[in-house]
Amino acid sequence: MEKTYLIALNEFCKNHNIEISFIESLQNTGLIETSKLHDAGFIEVEQLMQLEMYVRFHYDLDINLEGIETIMHLLSRIESQHKEIVKLKNRLMLYELNE
Amino acid sequence: MDYIDYYKLLGIPKTATASEIKAAYRKLARKHHPDLNPNDKDAIKRFQQINEANEVLSDATKRKKYDQYGKDWQHAEEFEQSRQQQRQSAQNQQQQYGGGQNMGDFSDFFSSMFGNMSGGGGNRPQAKYRGEDFSAEVRLQLIEAYVTHKQTLTVNGNQIRITIPAGIENGQTIKIKGHGGIGTHGGPNGDLYITFALLPHPRIKRLEDNLYTTVDLDLYMAMLGGEMTIETLSGKVKLHVAAETQNGTKIKLKGKGFPVYKQEGQFGDFYVTYNLKTPTHLTQRQKELFTELSKTS
Repeated sequence: MEKTYLIALNEFCKNHNIEISFIESLQNTGLIETSKLHDAGFIEVEQLMQLEMYVRFHYDLDINLEGIETIMHLLSRIESQHKEIVKLKNRLMLYELNE
Repeated sequence: MDYIDYYKLLGIPKTATASEIKAAYRKLARKHHPDLNPNDKDAIKRFQQINEANEVLSDATKRKKYDQYGKDWQHAEEFEQSRQQQRQSAQNQQQQYGGGQNMGDFSDFFSSMFGNMSGGGGNRPQAKYRGEDFSAEVRLQLIEAYVTHKQTLTVNGNQIRITIPAGIENGQTIKIKGHGGIGTHGGPNGDLYITFALLPHPRIKRLEDNLYTTVDLDLYMAMLGGEMTIETLSGKVKLHVAAETQNGTKIKLKGKGFPVYKQEGQFGDFYVTYNLKTPTHLTQRQKELFTELSKTS
């Protein structure tokens, strides 16, 4: 059985000096998924990087939740377009080398 | 070491209030933050400069020192030394500023003025920060990408041995967890992102998992058929050329293409296009034979 590593949200908030309500808001907007175990909130370790990025957006850059949602949407579009560009460049190379 | 005009960097006057500094910093940080500028190496550098300016100007003590000695930072050093002698020990100063770990994020100018101070500005001074992500490019020959192999890379002076799976794509990026910059205040290390650039092969082209090549076919084999040997990335392959093969005919060698990334035992196909070469410099006898042949049709 595959192990899932969880991080206690209380611990995360303490370390980052942030309010738990911020994480609850992220959960409500669907930006992260948390789980409950014995009444304590947890997040899977795979989501940690993402959560830390949201914390930086909100607390360092003063971006609200709607702003974070918009940014994440645009970042995912940039990423898929970047992949598409690489794919098209590779395809183009096939024709360029035939010249 | 050049003087850095922190006010100019943040686009504010020297009379700027704390809230104006904060607003200017946030505006620029939103523009240049590395999280918002993926794959932009310059963004990290620009963000560090902005961060440094904010670190100095948002702290009253640092700002005072900067305003007083900014352009003549060398004299600030002398002044500080004499002032320290007047004091009983340098320990007080250390307590005033606190220790820090992220000096690597600041310019030489900053370090010379403010010494071994902590970064940690903003609302969360003791938060654990994840280390910076590093990016590197690795160039591979097509044949190298054909097989899973290990390679040792030197990134920021550290040697890292990685396994490159067969079938890696040109422009593909893989993440090596924890091999980026060291985290601050006990935060986790950043990651290393390696992008692969596959160098073009002189005869074989690749598109996803399929390989393509063009081989010359002489007129006689094209008309009468026969056998020829061609080179694939996995070795030589004997081809049976059908009689009356037309110029531009494309044949498929199933499973002789490129390995599918992380799908062991699966391969794409190898496509061969025939390029018909008609004979030149015909002898008199050959011309006679072609003339005779032409009369038969």
